[in-house]
Amino acid sequence: MKLPIYLDYNATTPVDPLVVEAMMPFFTESFGNAASRNHAFGWQVEQVVEDARESIGKAIGAGAKEIVFTSGATESDNLAILGAAEFYQKKGKHIITSPIEHKAVIDPCHALEQRGYEITFLDVDKDGCIDLKQLEESIREDTILVSLMAGNNEIGTLNPLSEIGEITRAKGVLFHTDATQGVGKIPIDVDEMKIDLLSMSAHKLYGPKGMGALYVRRKKPRVRLSPIMFGGGHERGMRSGTLNVTGIVGFAKALELSMAEMAAEAERLTGLRQRLFDRLTAELDYIFLNGHATERLPNNLNLSFGYVEGESLMMGVSELAVSSGSACTSSSLEPSYVLRALGVGDDLAHSSIRFGMGRFTTVEEIDYAAEKMIVAVKRLREMSPLYEMVKEGVDLSTVQWASH
Amino acid sequence: MAYSEKVIDHYSEPRNVGSLDKSDLNVGTGLVGAPECGDVMKLQIQVDPETKQIIDAKFKTFGCGSAIASSSLATEWVKGKSIDEAMSIQNTEIVEELSLPPVKIHCSVLAEDAIKAAISDYKSRNEG
Repeated sequence: MKLPIYLDYNATTPVDPLVVEAMMPFFTESFGNAASRNHAFGWQVEQVVEDARESIGKAIGAGAKEIVFTSGATESDNLAILGAAEFYQKKGKHIITSPIEHKAVIDPCHALEQRGYEITFLDVDKDGCIDLKQLEESIREDTILVSLMAGNNEIGTLNPLSEIGEITRAKGVLFHTDATQGVGKIPIDVDEMKIDLLSMSAHKLYGPKGMGALYVRRKKPRVRLSPIMFGGGHERGMRSGTLNVTGIVGFAKALELSMAEMAAEAERLTGLRQRLFDRLTAELDYIFLNGHATERLPNNLNLSFGYVEGESLMMGVSELAVSSGSACTSSSLEPSYVLRALGVGDDLAHSSIRFGMGRFTTVEEIDYAAEKMIVAVKRLREMSPLYEMVKEGVDLSTVQWASH
Repeated sequence: MAYSEKVIDHYSEPRNVGSLDKSDLNVGTGLVGAPECGDVMKLQIQVDPETKQIIDAKFKTFGCGSAIASSSLATEWVKGKSIDEAMSIQNTEIVEELSLPPVKIHCSVLAEDAIKAAISDYKSRNEG
């Protein structure tokens, strides 16, 4: 077993060696510009790009012409939201989203607020679930877009995409989903789920960084977007810029590999997730699960270890690469906005650790991680004044804290 | 973020972790910070009633590595000092000793507060 152990697959993944192999020839031998229409160097890679487009589309039930290549999910989210907002502004200036979306969705929405758009942030419950009835009631005459993610990157909670799609389609409103964490992990079909725009990223599924795509529905309804980047008119005018051929080839190969093993891999990861949870809860008290117990990404486990601060906990498990919602780990010194939106107290947000499992995670690694976590939590609790007080029977909510 | 060697040292082998009997008249207890802010320090001193010297100190801290190191260092420093000497410990000295980066300065402030709170608790319980 190699140390440190990588358990941050929700942040990024290593590129699969098979993906690297597929990409290699396109750096050196087949280096042409896919937009070069008048010689063999261009034709050759144009064909490769079109094959990749077809294969990526197929993975989500879309056609090749509905795939717009981008630099990643952040760009895809920006293009979907800003592009739809601008194009459909005559219809209305109201957008619906949720407070636990990725910043790549929330921040473009805030930018639109500055330009006179109105954004409704739906409520989420303690598990991170939206209320479909509230969604339906929030849709107005001037609503143009609903943007709700497939699976949450921090807490793993899944949105009911089919149910959301039913509502938006019936109301004639576009449905965008940031499926960065979902594609290749959970079944997604844009027709069945009535999705109109879908963001994805290659590096979350063992492909290269700096590569993503936006699915843009072509019929029933035909979705139009105003570009946010201008130039050579690539990607049917929606995204100018020379195509990242190596990235596109790698993305297609990575997605192909993920799709081939998706069901089995989901089952394996769910097993590892449960194993880690069971081991930890068998040895430690005051563990709180963040996110939904069952409706969650197979590879994500987010736990708060009560009365232990997240950053010091990560320091205690330096052999493990995990992440925390603790303020001390962010430059803003604010705890996770996602956990806050769920109503998780700031004290427990500071105590949260996210474990992300993936293709190369083994049972042995999970057992080792559990053991290290247990030792570190017990040690830190021995020096935690809060744990001592709780054990003495003090109700921490009744204490007058000297805040600073 | 990279931690300084001294922070790692205090985090890995914290000095004086534990609790003193808070009902003992010779013990002063300071509890500062708040769980919502991500750090709470409890620092206790035991004072020799004759010499008024701090003969023992213990801490427990909920917080990041720098908070743990700051309070560990604080207990080390107050031991053997008179109350007045301990009162004069400045957070900037802790920052310097542990090479804390700017975002962690509040940890040292909290440690200074904890010392002062423990002393003031001791004094208030020994007045009159």
